[in-house]
Amino acid sequence: MKTLILSTAALALGAGMALAQDTIRLGTEGAYPPFNLIDDKGEVGGFEREVGDELCKRAELTCEWVTNDWDSIIPNLVSGNYDVIIAGMSITDERDEVIDFTQNYYPPASSAYVAMDEGVDLTGGVVAAQTATIQAGHVAESGATLVEFATPDETVAAVRNGEADAVFADKDYLKPVVEESGGELIFVGEDVQLGGGVGLGLRESDTELKEKFNTAITSMKEDGSLNELLKKWFGEDTVTY
Amino acid sequence: MFEFCADPKSLEGARWMVCYLTTGKHLLFYQSFLLVIGLMLVTVPCALAMGFLGALGARSSIAPLRWLGKGYAALVRGVPDIAFFLFVPLALDQGLEWLRHQVKCPDWDAPVRQGNDFVVCSAAKLPLSSSPQWVHETYGIILAVAAFAFVFGAFASHVLSGAMNAVPRAQLETAEAYGMTPRQTTWRILVPQMWIYALPGLSNLWMVLIKATPLLFILGIEDIVYWGRELGGMKTSAYDYPHGDWRLWYFLALLVFYLMLTRVSEIVLSRLTRRLSHGQATMAGEEMRRA
Repeated sequence: MKTLILSTAALALGAGMALAQDTIRLGTEGAYPPFNLIDDKGEVGGFEREVGDELCKRAELTCEWVTNDWDSIIPNLVSGNYDVIIAGMSITDERDEVIDFTQNYYPPASSAYVAMDEGVDLTGGVVAAQTATIQAGHVAESGATLVEFATPDETVAAVRNGEADAVFADKDYLKPVVEESGGELIFVGEDVQLGGGVGLGLRESDTELKEKFNTAITSMKEDGSLNELLKKWFGEDTVTY
Repeated sequence: MFEFCADPKSLEGARWMVCYLTTGKHLLFYQSFLLVIGLMLVTVPCALAMGFLGALGARSSIAPLRWLGKGYAALVRGVPDIAFFLFVPLALDQGLEWLRHQVKCPDWDAPVRQGNDFVVCSAAKLPLSSSPQWVHETYGIILAVAAFAFVFGAFASHVLSGAMNAVPRAQLETAEAYGMTPRQTTWRILVPQMWIYALPGLSNLWMVLIKATPLLFILGIEDIVYWGRELGGMKTSAYDYPHGDWRLWYFLALLVFYLMLTRVSEIVLSRLTRRLSHGQATMAGEEMRRA
């Protein structure tokens, strides 16, 4: 009996030790290049992978990457399946009511329309956007007919196969798509400024972790390493800090 | 995988294809086929067990058990599957974490529900956030199996109780005449004979189950349809192997896979039907007796 109690105590102690080195789980979508993507090795890659790894290093946290469907990315955060959303998520008041954001690590940038030809009607036609994004909200208010898709890739495919007249998304996502389409896809209309930049999403109760990440982001902004990463992934002429 | 794949951008033609089809991501895609089949094979016994309990419950002479059995089948069959796929894993996960929280952190004073957040102490997390990724994945799969077993168990329970009612009354009467107790009658006469009546309904369920696997991604499990969509989607040069929208080809491969799975199931099920028909007072059984 005594050994039993002892070994239980040892186990409990061991568990306590393990907790001191707590792992922070970073949740991302893995389908939004160049922000986040699943690379050809099957691992999470992209701009946010590099930013996230660097932030964890500076905040002295052990981090682990997980992917989750965009649709359920907030519910799974609040129910504790992972601790941070790092998925190109723009800071908006609506989301801020449910979760907390750190300061942005990607400055407020433009969203843009992409279509097959110049003359499409952006306020009366059919416009594709990803479900539950600020772009989808904007299209719904613009008077155009909104068609929503679960992944960003499907929104572009919808324009290609004629299901939608145009797609509305982050310009930085669309830029490589347009460049590599060989002239098939073009930017149309004016760029639109939406949201307050991209930040890390955390549970509202996780204030301590939020502070750690805020400090790390500030230090990355100050020494210019964040700007380097922005230029590396989004091109030389991207908006920097 | 191969040495000449080191610089994907310089490859062309067949070599490009070989390298492309053997990337780490594709290997995960191939693995997910095994995952789906494995998951089915684990789920079926679990769902059958749930169904069996439900059916026995619905026939029980003890009123609360009967209500439980009938209520289970009625509730699950009446509510859309997807609601249960979202509800069962979440409820199970939070329920277990809450229990562990009560045991492991008795002196925790903050509430578990804080607004939208569900917060338990980190020792109560299931799995612990420090455990490796495969533990999380296995845990997810177990929750998925539980959800599938819960939903399909209700359908199976209905099929099985129908089958139990289809066993000729004369068989049970004879058993009673021989002096068997109700329990003996159930286990020695009713259960062995009911399978042949249950099989058509159960085979239907199996077919539906095979095709329900895309629901797994809701639970965070990356199944073949998820990988098909992910790999088939257009790839810019942010990836090593850029290509256009190839979803059609990937979905075509999935179509072939599902058709093959269906064909194999049909063959196995028809053999099973033959075996179970032996000596039964059904039309198929009679035919075999004459032949």
